[in-house]
Amino acid sequence: MNIILIILKKIFTVTFIQKAVTQGIPILYGATGEIMTERSGNLNLGIPGIMYMGGIGGLVGAFAYEQSVAVPNGWVGVICALVVSMLFALIGGLIYSFLTITLRVNQNVTGLALTTFGVGFGNFLGGSLSRIAGSAGQVSVYITGQTFRTKIPFLSTKLGVVSDIVFSYGFLTYFSIVLAIFLSWFLFKTRKGLNLRAVGEDPAAADAAGINVIRYKYVATCTGAVISGLGGLYFVMEYLGGTWQNNGFGDRGWLAIALVILALWKPARAIWGCILFGGLYILFAYVPFGDAMQEIFKMLPYVVTIVVLVISSVREKKDSQAPKSLGLSYFREDR
Amino acid sequence: MDTNNAIELKNICKRFGDVFANKNITLEVRKGEILSLLGENGSGKTTLMNMLSGIYFPDDGQIFIDGKEVSITSPKDAYELGIGMIHQHFKLIETFTAAENIILGLPGKEVIQMNAVVEKINELIKKYGFELDPTKKIYDMSVSEKQTVEIIKMLYRGANILILDEPTAVLTPQETDRLFDVLRNMRNDGKAIIIITHKLHEVLSLSDRVAVLRKGEYIGTVLTKEATELSLTEMMVGEKVSLNIGRKPPVNVHKKLSIKNLTCVDKAGVTTLKNVSFEANAGEILGIAGIAGSGQKELLEAVAGLQNIQEGSIVFHDDKGDIELVGKTSTEIRNIGVALSFVPEDRLGMGLVGNMDLADNVMLRSYMDGKGIAVNRKKPRQKTEKIVDELKVVTPSISTPIRRLSGGNVQKVLVGREISNAPAVLMTAYAVRGLDINTSYIIYNLINEQKEKGVAVIYVGEDLDVLLELADRILVLCGGSVSGIVDARTTTKEQIGLMMTKHSTEVM
Repeated sequence: MNIILIILKKIFTVTFIQKAVTQGIPILYGATGEIMTERSGNLNLGIPGIMYMGGIGGLVGAFAYEQSVAVPNGWVGVICALVVSMLFALIGGLIYSFLTITLRVNQNVTGLALTTFGVGFGNFLGGSLSRIAGSAGQVSVYITGQTFRTKIPFLSTKLGVVSDIVFSYGFLTYFSIVLAIFLSWFLFKTRKGLNLRAVGEDPAAADAAGINVIRYKYVATCTGAVISGLGGLYFVMEYLGGTWQNNGFGDRGWLAIALVILALWKPARAIWGCILFGGLYILFAYVPFGDAMQEIFKMLPYVVTIVVLVISSVREKKDSQAPKSLGLSYFREDR
Repeated sequence: MDTNNAIELKNICKRFGDVFANKNITLEVRKGEILSLLGENGSGKTTLMNMLSGIYFPDDGQIFIDGKEVSITSPKDAYELGIGMIHQHFKLIETFTAAENIILGLPGKEVIQMNAVVEKINELIKKYGFELDPTKKIYDMSVSEKQTVEIIKMLYRGANILILDEPTAVLTPQETDRLFDVLRNMRNDGKAIIIITHKLHEVLSLSDRVAVLRKGEYIGTVLTKEATELSLTEMMVGEKVSLNIGRKPPVNVHKKLSIKNLTCVDKAGVTTLKNVSFEANAGEILGIAGIAGSGQKELLEAVAGLQNIQEGSIVFHDDKGDIELVGKTSTEIRNIGVALSFVPEDRLGMGLVGNMDLADNVMLRSYMDGKGIAVNRKKPRQKTEKIVDELKVVTPSISTPIRRLSGGNVQKVLVGREISNAPAVLMTAYAVRGLDINTSYIIYNLINEQKEKGVAVIYVGEDLDVLLELADRILVLCGGSVSGIVDARTTTKEQIGLMMTKHSTEVM
C-alpha cells in the first residue's frame, strides 16, 4: 500500500503533468497525422521515419538561417524551421503516396522502408550539421529553440497552478490540440470529411459515388505526413531546445501509431490519449524501482493499446473499428 | 438522332486481356421504358453497363445520351449525365447512415446540414412509394433496405437513366413485388430503366422490351409481349433448347444415410435443428425446402462434420457395414465419400479462394493426397480441365485467378469440384443461385447424372418449381424441425408452401 501512495504522490505533481504533456504532444502530432492518413485507407507505417524527417528538416532550416545572418531573429528562425520541416515531411508523404497509391506497392513494406530511411536520413543530416557546427561538436539553434519555447504572456505567470499546468508550453502544444479538435470536426461534420472517411471504408463505393479516390488518398496522406512531421519538429525544438541527438526521438513514432488505435481513429480522442501515453512513458522515473524497471514501464502504452484493441474487438461496435479498406490499394478496374 | 432515345450505343467494344467482353454492341434505350438486358453468365451484360456508369471505359465505339455523343470516363461523368447504376454488390459504406451514403460525393455547403438532407430524402421516399428510415446505419439494414438506399441515392442525384444489375437475386417475393411497383412508378415518371435479370418470368412481367447478349455480342431486341420464356432462352443460348429436367425414375434405391433425432445448438445457444430424422437413399434426389434460415445450412453442415451436434446420430451405410459420422472430423467424413458444396450469397465466401487460380482451387480438396511434402499438381489440373470443358466455364485459362471470372462461372467451378470427387453422398445448397437459365439446366443435369450413378443426392433449393421437377422426395424444414417429407411427383407447390410456414406431423 505504501508504495502505491508514494507513486501517487509523485504523480500528482505539477512537474509530472508538465512532463507527461511534453512527452505526449509529439505523439499527438504523429497520431493526428496518421489518423488522417488511415482515414483514406493508407496504413502509413513510415510515420516514425517521417517524424524524424520533420525534426531534422526544422533543424536544417533554422540552422541555415541562424548561420546566414549575424543577429538571428527568433521568429524568422521559427518560420524557416516550420517551412523546411513541413517540406521534408511532405517529401516523405509524397514518396509513400506515389509508391502505394500510384504504383500500388504493398503499404506495409513501403511504410517500414520509409521509416528505416527516415531515421537514417535524420541521423545522417544531424551528424553532418554537428560537423558543420564545428568546435562545439553539437549542432544548436538556440535562438530559434527558445522562441519555440515562448510561453503565452500573462496567462503563463499570473494564474498560479493553472498557469503551470495549462499555460506553460510553447505555441506548438496549443496548435496540436486545436488541430486535433478541428480535424475531428472536419471528419465528422463536413462533406470533404464524409468523402474522406468513405474512401477509407470502401474506395470502390466512394468511387462509384463520384469521389476522386486517388486525389483524396494523396491529399490525406501528404497532409497527414506534414502533421506528423510537426511532431518531430516539436521534439527537436521545444523538447530538446534546438539540437539533435542521434535516435533521440526513439520509439515515439510507433507510440503515435499505437495511439491511433487507442483513439479509435478520432483525432480529438487522441488528445487525452497522448497525455496518458506521455505519462506512462515517463512513469519509470517516478517509481522507486530504479532504472532496471525502465523498459518494462515503457511497455505500458503498448499494453494499454492491446487492451483497447481487445475490448473494441470484443464489443464489435462497427463505428469504432479501423477503416475497412485500411492497408489495401485501390484500382478501379480490378475485379 | 432520335431524342426519344435516352441512350444509344454504337459498336461498343471492350476487351479484358485477349477475351472480348463486349464486341460491336449497338443498342438503344427509350425514355419511359423498362428494358431487360438478358444473357447467359459471362455474356458481357455487367461489363456493358459498367461502361455506361463510368467504371470501365470502352476500347471502341460511341455512346449517345439524349442524342448527344458523350465520353464517360468516371462515375462522376455518369452522374452528371443522369445515369445511375445499382450494382449487384451494393456500393454503400457500412458505417454510414442511409442519408450520409446518399449525399456522398455530392457538392454543396461544406458543413453538412443533415436535417435538410433527410427532409429532401423523405420527399423522394414519398413520391415513389419507398419504405426507408434515412437515419438508419447501413449495417443495421436488410438487403432490400440497402437496395432502396442505392435507388434513392441515384434519384437524389437526379438520375434519369437507372440501371439495375440483378436486383431481385437477393429479394424475397414480396420485396420483389414492391421493387417492381417502384420501378413502374419511375417508368411512368419518364425515366429510362435497364434491368439485368436471369429470372425470365420477371422479364416477361416487368419490361417493355428485351435485349439479348450472347458471348459479348448483341443478338437483338424484341418486344416483351411477343416473347416467351422459350424464345428468349433460345436467343440467349443460340440453339434450340428444351427446358425440361429429365428426371428418371430412381433405380436400385437403397439406404445410404440415416439421420436420427439430430439436434444442434449454435454458439449463441439457439437451437438450430430440432430432433431431425430422415433417410437419404442412393440413386435418389432428396430435395430440401424451407424459408431461408430454417436450418438448411446447419443440417448440411452437421452431416459434413462442421456443426456441434448436441444429440442424435448420423449413420452412413456402406457395403462394408455402417459407420457413425457423429464425432468424426470433417476431413474423415469427406474421405468416407460425403461431399458438400454450399453456394453462399457472395459465392466466394465459402469454399473458393479468389486470388488463386482454377486449378489451385480444385486442388484445395485434394492437396493432402499422395506421398511426400510436395503437392501433386498434375491430377488437379486434369480435373480442372475436365470441369472447364464439361461445364463450359468461360475463362482465359485454368491458371486465371478465380475472382476474375464472372459469378456464374465461379459457381460452376465450385459445384463441379465437388461432383468431380465422385462422392457417395452429394450435398449441395443453392447450386444455381444467380446462374442463368441454361447454366442452371447444365447443373440440374449434372445432379441427375449423379443420381443415376447411384449417388445419394441432397439438394437444398430456393425455387420450389425446380425442386418439384428435380427431386424424388422433398423434405420440408420449418424453424429447424422437419415439418414433413413428401413425394415430389404427387405434391403441389401450395402444399409445400404451407408446410414451410406451419409445423405439421403429416408424413407420407
